[in-house]
Amino acid sequence: MSTEQETIEQFTKSEYKWGFTTDIEEEFAPKGLTEDTVRLISGKKNEPEWLLEWRLKAFRHWQTMTEPKWPNVKYPAIDYQDAYYYAAPKKKKELKSLDEVDPAIRETFDKLGISLNEQKRLSGVAVDAIIDSVSVATTFKDELSKHGIIFGSFSEAVQNHPDLVKKYLGSVVPYTDNFYATLNSAVFSDGSFCYIPKGVRCPMELSTYFRINAANTGQFERTLIIAEEGAYVSYLEGCTAPMRDENQLHAAVVELIAHKDAQIKYSTVQNWYPGDENGKGGIYNFVTKRGICSGDNAKISWTQVETGSAITWKYPSVILKGDNSIGEFYSVAVTNNYQQADTGTKMIHLGKNTRSTIISKGISAGHGQNSYRGLVKVAKNADNARNFSQCDSLLIGDKCGAHTFPYLEVHNKSAKIEHEATTTKVGEDQIFYCNQRGIDTENAVSLIVNGYCKEVFKELPMEFAVEAQKLLAISLEGSVG
Amino acid sequence: MEITDIKQWYISNFELFEESLNGSRETPFHEVRRSAISKFSELGFPTPRHEEWKYTNVAPMLEHKFKLPTEVAKVPKEVLRDFTFDTLKENLVVFVNGLFSEELSNIALNSDDIIVSSLRNAMVNHADLVYKHLGRYVSFEDESFTALNTAFTNDGTFIFVTDNKVIEDPIHLIYISDGDTELVSHLRNLFIVGKNSQVKIIESFHSLSDTTYFNNLVTEVFVDECAIIDHIKLQEESINAFHISNSQVQQERQSVYRTVNIDLGGGLVRNNLNVLLNDEHCESHLFGFFLGQGTQHIDNHTFIDHAKPHCFSNELYKGILDDKARGVFNGKIIVRPDAQKTNALQSNKTLLLTDDASINAKPQLEIFADDVKCTHGATIGQLDDEAMFYLRARGIGEEMAGAMLRHAFISDVLENIKIEEVRERMDAHIIERFTKALKS
Repeated sequence: MSTEQETIEQFTKSEYKWGFTTDIEEEFAPKGLTEDTVRLISGKKNEPEWLLEWRLKAFRHWQTMTEPKWPNVKYPAIDYQDAYYYAAPKKKKELKSLDEVDPAIRETFDKLGISLNEQKRLSGVAVDAIIDSVSVATTFKDELSKHGIIFGSFSEAVQNHPDLVKKYLGSVVPYTDNFYATLNSAVFSDGSFCYIPKGVRCPMELSTYFRINAANTGQFERTLIIAEEGAYVSYLEGCTAPMRDENQLHAAVVELIAHKDAQIKYSTVQNWYPGDENGKGGIYNFVTKRGICSGDNAKISWTQVETGSAITWKYPSVILKGDNSIGEFYSVAVTNNYQQADTGTKMIHLGKNTRSTIISKGISAGHGQNSYRGLVKVAKNADNARNFSQCDSLLIGDKCGAHTFPYLEVHNKSAKIEHEATTTKVGEDQIFYCNQRGIDTENAVSLIVNGYCKEVFKELPMEFAVEAQKLLAISLEGSVG
Repeated sequence: MEITDIKQWYISNFELFEESLNGSRETPFHEVRRSAISKFSELGFPTPRHEEWKYTNVAPMLEHKFKLPTEVAKVPKEVLRDFTFDTLKENLVVFVNGLFSEELSNIALNSDDIIVSSLRNAMVNHADLVYKHLGRYVSFEDESFTALNTAFTNDGTFIFVTDNKVIEDPIHLIYISDGDTELVSHLRNLFIVGKNSQVKIIESFHSLSDTTYFNNLVTEVFVDECAIIDHIKLQEESINAFHISNSQVQQERQSVYRTVNIDLGGGLVRNNLNVLLNDEHCESHLFGFFLGQGTQHIDNHTFIDHAKPHCFSNELYKGILDDKARGVFNGKIIVRPDAQKTNALQSNKTLLLTDDASINAKPQLEIFADDVKCTHGATIGQLDDEAMFYLRARGIGEEMAGAMLRHAFISDVLENIKIEEVRERMDAHIIERFTKALKS
């Protein structure tokens, strides 16, 4: 028993390895949120009139809304007037090549193991690097543009492709959607934009590294991915953030649109600062992610590995509107110390012969609270809808919690819906088996947990799968069953 | 009609009810009634905005001004024949429109050790015992129908079994609704079973016509150490009836509570079944079956609270929804922080027979302890085409084959009714309902 406690202690004390800040001059908008702030952000970005109007509409709507209280998470009230809504690295100018990138930023990426140069040459991953909301460097743009793919920062897209942005912005997540999505719509600073034209298979994995850098800056990213008929894209999103004492709010919005026969694969590894072992600090991650399979045979697949953030609250969803469309959701969520996660998915079956798969693996340790909340809805005309859901929870230590709140709403007789959930702990016999074979307890737990998550990890692109396994091992350092 | 009006209607009825109470007004319990009505006036009726009432809208019920019955209606004894079981003619407690009918009842058991009585009589004859338990297990803090029932508590069934008694013969409680006025009954049941005792209770709800009425039932069950209760509830209300039932079961060390809930009738049905496992080594078995036809709305909420370690709970709810029927299942299991070695199983399966029928299922686990085994499963689907083909290839008509498959589907719920005659009767009733549906 004593060794068990020791290892739990060890595990709960494992510190955030990637906590550091980069010293770059930043430009702030004044604290607080008013119409002027919205105008200022829009003005700074030199946005067209219609976008400013859209932001203002969202802002006015946001003022009438109240913060939702239903999630199974607890946190002190957020003072929205006590935060900066815009922060950009100051020395912004048109960048011709990577050499012009601020050396301090380059160093940051090096510490994270993401050398732009390296990646450009070796891994074939185009990186749209975001530091505090403004795109600093974009690689492989030439290569992509040969295929007609538009990939870059959201602000650039607003300047260069206003028609596309205007057509799709808010079409999946309207500005009235929910408290945080509306806030985002009003003050979003930047994000990524990706457009894959008809019949094009994107030749490389697209990736963006988000990173919260300045203290007290809410990050409001906006991502919009459009796959035209028959297109394919795999998009990766990875996050690490430096150590901070004050809670930081992150309310991003991601919209995916898959037209007929198109396929979008969206993978996330989230490792923001989870707060210290006493639950102090950490990121609030309140994200709205939603995709629509608007055409027949479209497919959207969400994969997420959530190990960071003090509070994670997100439900990547798929609206299966086209006939024969497919939605997938694979998730691993780890909560340690005082982390809380309320995450899951929504699968809205509207078209005929639509299919969805949900695999959710929750791991709770320390005082962590992990909730799965999901909705599977089959509309009246969605004949032959098929869903399989599996949510497993793994508990490590006796102070943590695992919760499941699945909602199944079925209005069609031909639907086949299956939902399964189990809750277990790492078995003593499993650890004993490994110990016998010379594997120490810590490695055994890591081995067992990795095996438990394998179903999800195998959905991740190669590079991410490796990173995810490492992350998991770090998050669960010294854990025990 | 405005909702505030109808709320006011119930509150003003309380004043009339108070005047009719006579002696019962002087008891301390009357203070509980008063606080319950003020709680009700604070809570009002639930709307779909309440998470617990998200899928069940009680608005249709608020269109009626239900009245409290004033006297026991006369019902000929012959009608009982359809509702009673040949082997269980003793220990019959009959209520008509929510009021105890001395004439129709037949209570053989009655001594100081075993009390089977109407609550109204028990409040006079066994006042100490009743008030020791009444209202102690169920809370009306956030459940407005329980608050309403508590305010109007006046009649129902009181069963008390002292320690170390095994009662072989089941006790059968029959609730009959009749008449053409729109009546409400706030039945209040209290079952207390002492240490090492065993009892079997069957409750059945019937109606003599298609009248509209409102049964607002609250049942409190206390299962003391090592006691065993078998509790069967058969609900065959009128198709226009509103049936709201709140049950709170509290189990002590090593006790066993087994229940089978069958819902065939009712226009709008809501069952809240809450079980508190209050000490170690308790066992709970919850089984349920609901059959929705026409425009019926049947909602089953169960809540198992694993408050202590080493307890076992097993839950299986099945439903068949036809025509435009709507079904709701919400199964909540909480494992409290110290309830280690908990084993909780839950399964919910529903067949949808038409596109107009719908089901909203929410199996919910909240676990705060690590050394537990908890699983839940939910499936929604239709009859298996291959099984259907198999039967039809053997010369069985489509209708018959469908009825056979549906019958097979519910058999693992029905087989938990351990009293043979009751099981066979229910079996026959359900088959009749299947074939009736086929004809129409």
